[in-house]
Amino acid sequence: MEKTGKIAVIGDGETVTAFLAIGAAVYKVTDEYQAADVLRTLAKADEYAVILVTENYAVQMEQLMDKLKQQTYPAVLSIPGANGSNGFGMKGLKRDVEKAVGVDIIFNDK
Amino acid sequence: MARLNVNPTRMELRRLKDRLKTAERGHKLLKDKSDEMVRQFLVLIKENKRLREEIECEISDALRAFSLSAGAPLDVVQAIALPTLTATIEVGTKNVMGIDVPYMQTKREGEIELPYALCSAPAELDDAVLKLTALADKILHLAEVEKTCNMLADEIEKNRRRVNALEYVMIPQLNETIKYILMKLDENERSTIIRLMKIKDLEGNA
Repeated sequence: MEKTGKIAVIGDGETVTAFLAIGAAVYKVTDEYQAADVLRTLAKADEYAVILVTENYAVQMEQLMDKLKQQTYPAVLSIPGANGSNGFGMKGLKRDVEKAVGVDIIFNDK
Repeated sequence: MARLNVNPTRMELRRLKDRLKTAERGHKLLKDKSDEMVRQFLVLIKENKRLREEIECEISDALRAFSLSAGAPLDVVQAIALPTLTATIEVGTKNVMGIDVPYMQTKREGEIELPYALCSAPAELDDAVLKLTALADKILHLAEVEKTCNMLADEIEKNRRRVNALEYVMIPQLNETIKYILMKLDENERSTIIRLMKIKDLEGNA
């Protein structure tokens, strides 16, 4: 099964503009409701393989992101903004480990 | 553990013994599957962690370089709105332990070059654009790995429920029912023998 997909970026103005340079489709949003709307539409569109969401919005859309985790495409990924990571992405990994193994055996060094 | 509501007959006994055999075999297979999935998951999650740490660091760097250049006289957006690269990805699915996980590959069209005249934009912008372009492949790889981890974790959880249901509900229930039927059949047999002995006794006395 060979198909082609595109990359989409959802986030605030400054962050997303930078991703124009790598040829991604960018969606500027101003609050989490708008972000959730855009994410829902994009997920349904079946056009994008990877959707990057900046962390500040990802935190507020946790439920929606969790729902999208269950299907193969699109892969929704949280990325840090210009002022560094707030650890949301790592938290997701930690949760996965806890889900699969029962206890966190990877991140317990922190 | 409650036993199943069945008639204590030989036929039922045979049926239950077959079911018990299937359940035990299924339990063993699912347990093996679970072990293998956890092993693969641990390999992947370690890679995932390493990649994510790397990428989070690099993205922040690139974005910081980008925001430094945002104060430039020329509208930066204008400068990079026409990328030389189109980011199309070839997507497919790969089967890992019976789950379809995404598999992606970048299809590069065009060369990595700066989409604007060098004299019109600050040097920080060059840096940011080049960094981000170089990151694109890595981001895709991370997307792939992270998705696989998500789906594996889900599947492991589901599988564990199945294993537990078999181990702690199905198999004990079947065992209990089989025991009950055996007892009942034995009991019937004993009562038949006793009845026969009694009849013979009565006949002898007459």
